[in-house]
Amino acid sequence: MSIGLHKSDFANPVIRWVDSRLPIFTMMQKEYGTFPTPRNFNYFWNFGALAMINLLIMIATGIFLAMNYTAHTGMAFDSVERIMRDVNYGWLLRYAHANGASMFFIVVYIHIFRGLYYGSYKAPRELLWMLGVVIFLLMMATAFMGYVLPWGQMSFWGATVITNLFSAFPLVGETIVTWLWGGFSVDNPTLNRFYSLHYLMPFVIFGVVFLHVAALHITGSNNPLGIDPKGPQDTLPFHPYYTAKDSVGIVAYLAVFALIVFFFPNALGHPDNYIPANPLVTPPHIVPEWYFLPFYAILRAVPDKLGGVLMMFGSIAILFVLPWLDTSPVRSMRFRPLARPFFAVWVVSFFVLLWCGGKPAEEPYVTISRVAAAYYFLYFLVILPLLGRLERPLPLPESISLPVLRGGGPLPAGAMSKPMEKA
Amino acid sequence: MADSLAPTAPQHGAPQDGETRRDFLQLVAGSFAAVGVGAMVWPFINSMNPAKDVLAVSTTDVDLKPIAAGAAITVVWRGKPVFVRSRTEAEIKAARDVPMSELKDPQADQDRVKKDQWLVLIGICTHLGCIPLGQKATDERGPFGGYFCPCHGSAYDTSGRVRQGPAPLNLPVPTYAFTSDTQIRIG
Ligand code: HEM
Ligand code: FES
Repeated sequence: MSIGLHKSDFANPVIRWVDSRLPIFTMMQKEYGTFPTPRNFNYFWNFGALAMINLLIMIATGIFLAMNYTAHTGMAFDSVERIMRDVNYGWLLRYAHANGASMFFIVVYIHIFRGLYYGSYKAPRELLWMLGVVIFLLMMATAFMGYVLPWGQMSFWGATVITNLFSAFPLVGETIVTWLWGGFSVDNPTLNRFYSLHYLMPFVIFGVVFLHVAALHITGSNNPLGIDPKGPQDTLPFHPYYTAKDSVGIVAYLAVFALIVFFFPNALGHPDNYIPANPLVTPPHIVPEWYFLPFYAILRAVPDKLGGVLMMFGSIAILFVLPWLDTSPVRSMRFRPLARPFFAVWVVSFFVLLWCGGKPAEEPYVTISRVAAAYYFLYFLVILPLLGRLERPLPLPESISLPVLRGGGPLPAGAMSKPMEKA
Repeated sequence: MADSLAPTAPQHGAPQDGETRRDFLQLVAGSFAAVGVGAMVWPFINSMNPAKDVLAVSTTDVDLKPIAAGAAITVVWRGKPVFVRSRTEAEIKAARDVPMSELKDPQADQDRVKKDQWLVLIGICTHLGCIPLGQKATDERGPFGGYFCPCHGSAYDTSGRVRQGPAPLNLPVPTYAFTSDTQIRIG
């Protein structure tokens, strides 16, 4: 590339002046305007955009909550109650933030399941997928620390239990836990650092999301057929086709979000968190937030302390190597008659774990969690590696547009054509 | 569907008199989105306004008994200093003898007090917000015997009216009422 001004195609002289010196308009046009996108997306492809919107909502509501929140063990609970009662629309900000975290996980879980079903983690999108897993881990850490901030009973005992996970590591365990706490129990230093990190991490997430999207724009999107677009007849410019489709998704998402915030704001929370933290009394039944329950169930399914912790972390770490565990070259499970039912059972095992995680650690839930946890790992470690060899995939369509156009001959560029119904 | 993709197919909302169905839809969708975003932004903005507990502590009661003639105290009302001065006869006379034409912000002393003896003012210079001197007996009071702002030299008289310097307005009188002969409630 030569040094000098960028040759800008924009007609507006102001935009052109900026664009010649800093081609952000050209970039936006390329990445979000004309960006060639497979024409056959279904609504599962809305969830990335929804996750982005959700992150922005979390950051906006969080910054405004932070204006009234006090990170001190003696004042945190009351400051949250003050947000609820005295601050103008404070109840809305807090309910939007607390339920926004739940919405975020719903959206991201669907986004991940989409990737698992349509094989979006396979070459060439391995790194894109791994960056997604990093985002998921960061989200979990952020949500965990956020839940500590209101300093209710669940905040305190959740923080105690989760930080104590690290005590399972031999030799260094206790040292790590003391270091995490900044003391000898979860106390003011812990609350302060969690607040600092809770504020920081969403911006780290934002950075990784940027990399995630940058990687996406190199490989291009996967699609429900899992085959590569073969030319302009298989794609549409991102704008207006998918900006419009994403807008439809955003409206539906906001409607669900509003329904929860305005009518069931505490349905997903735990009433014990409206009791101020008491370091001397543990509530009879402590549970993490619902989005952690599958992993919490795996933790409890293992009768050994260290083993449980390793399995729990392993259940997420395994996603990093998934691109190499799944040996089938076929991406979309539409064409994988065996993988499809096995995947369906995996989804069921995930929800069974979620359900067991919320139950007390007693029979029959322990046995059920063990069976479900075993399948969870079996799917990744045995079934997917074997299926690649054993399964006979259905014939793949020749191209994305072909089945739709019934061999309708050469086509003009996607931009010229009329918006299609969903392929 | 196949034929509708052909290049010859007419575009939806093809131009008729320069305006298309698509223009209309875009306008309507855009307006709704703008209204929706506006409605979502308002709670954020309003959350930065004073909260209910802040508004609830917006009155201050002051007991006047301990203030000797010629002395003054400063109380805090809504986080601002309020000057309460027990004026001497000479100070009252000085304030009342000034002709209106000499005042930058003309206002009679009678309109600035509820009882002649008691001067109640918000003690914030109307120039750029410093706190004028004059409450303590040892303070410099400026050429007009009331208050003197050290920041840029504004001088106020014994009614708190600006007489000299860059301040444009008199020291404001807060809303207050006598709840008894020796007690006022500010706010
Ligand atoms: C990835 C994005 C984020 C997630 C998943 C998240 C999650 C959470 C959760 C689960 C809570 C506890 C909610 C409750 O029960 O009250 C919380 C509280 C809080 N968060 Fe966040 N948060 C995010 C971003 C932010 C940001 C960017 C800020 C600040 C700039 C912030 C500031 C706060 C504050 C002050 C609280 C305590 C008030 C409260 O309990 O509602 N959060 N967060
Ligand atoms: S602030 Fe008082 S004179 Fe400028």
